[in-house]
Amino acid sequence: MGPVNWHTFFFYLYALVACGFGVAVVISTNIVRMAMYLIVSLGATAGLFFLAGADFVGAMQLMIYVGGTLVLLIFGVMLTAQGPLISLRTSGGDWIVAMLLAGCLGALLIPAGLTVKSWNTGRPDVKEEVAQSGAQAVLVSADQKPPVPTAGDMPDVNEDGIPDKQPITAAPLGLGLLGARVDKLENVPAALRPGMSGYLLPFEVISVHLLVVLVGAAYLARSKRRAGNRS
Amino acid sequence: MQLLTQTVGVSHFLVVGAVLFIAGVVCMAVKRNALGVLMGIELVLNGANINFVAFGSKFLRSDSAYALGLDGQLISLFVIVLAAAEAAVALAITLNFYNNHSTVDVDRADELKG
Repeated sequence: MGPVNWHTFFFYLYALVACGFGVAVVISTNIVRMAMYLIVSLGATAGLFFLAGADFVGAMQLMIYVGGTLVLLIFGVMLTAQGPLISLRTSGGDWIVAMLLAGCLGALLIPAGLTVKSWNTGRPDVKEEVAQSGAQAVLVSADQKPPVPTAGDMPDVNEDGIPDKQPITAAPLGLGLLGARVDKLENVPAALRPGMSGYLLPFEVISVHLLVVLVGAAYLARSKRRAGNRS
Repeated sequence: MQLLTQTVGVSHFLVVGAVLFIAGVVCMAVKRNALGVLMGIELVLNGANINFVAFGSKFLRSDSAYALGLDGQLISLFVIVLAAAEAAVALAITLNFYNNHSTVDVDRADELKG
C-alpha cells in the first residue's frame, strides 16, 4: 500500500459529512434540527468545492449560502416553529412513494456518473505514483518533464507531482462576469473574439433579478396594518 | 486501504452530487412543513452545483483538456445567487401564509383547489 493521498482522504471526509447530514435532513422530523443539519451539509459541500480547485466558489458558498441564505431560513424556522408545527409527521404511504422515487433516481444517476472511464481517476500528473519512492521520483521526473502549461492551463507541477501554485480563480471569474474570458484566450473563435463570450449579459440579468426579487420579498413580508386601524 | 491511495475523479463528485440531489427530492416530496420543502430545494441546488464545479475542475479527470474550465464555476455562482433570491421570496410567501392561516403545513394550503 502506498502513501495515503490526503486529497482523497479529505474528499471522502467531506463527502461523508455532506451526504450523511443531507440524508439526516430528510430523516429528521424536527424542523429546527433539519436546519442545523443543512448548515453542516452545505459547509462540507464548500469543502468539496475547495478540493475541486474552485476556491472562490467555495468561499461564496460559505458566505452567501451558509452565511446568508441559511440564516434567512433559520429566521423563518424560528418565526414559525411553534407547538405542533415543529414536527409534522408524514404518512407511511408518502414515505413509500418517496423511497420508490429515490430508488429509481439513484439507479439512474449513480451508474450514469460512473460510466465514463476518463472521469474515474484524477489528472495523471497529480497522481501519487511519481512520489511513491524518492529514487523513483527523481528518475521519473528527470525522464518525463511535465507538459509546459499554456496560458489559462494548469499551474506548474513540481517533481512530487503536486501543483506549485495555488489555482486562483477569483480574478478570471470576475473578468468573465465582465465579459472578458482571460482563461481561454487562445481557443476563442474569431467571431466571438471582441466579446470573448463572457457572461456580462447574464450577470446584468441576474443583478436586476436579485434587486427585483429582494424588493418583492420585502414587500411581501412587511407587517400589515390592519384595515380598521387606519386612523 | 486501496481507497485512500488513489486519486478522486469527476465520478466521485458526481456520486456525491447524486446523493444530495436524491435527498433533496425526497425531502421536497415528504416534508409537510413548507420550510422543509425549501430545505429540499437547497439540497437539490447544491447537488447540481457540485456537478458543475466537478465538471469545471481540471484536476479531476485524466483528459483535463476537455474540462469545462471556468464556465462550470461561473454557472455555479449564478446558481448560488438564484438560490439566495428564491429563498428570500419563498420565505416571504411562507411568512405571509403563516400570518394568514397560522400554520406552515403545505397540506393546508388548498384554497385554490377547484
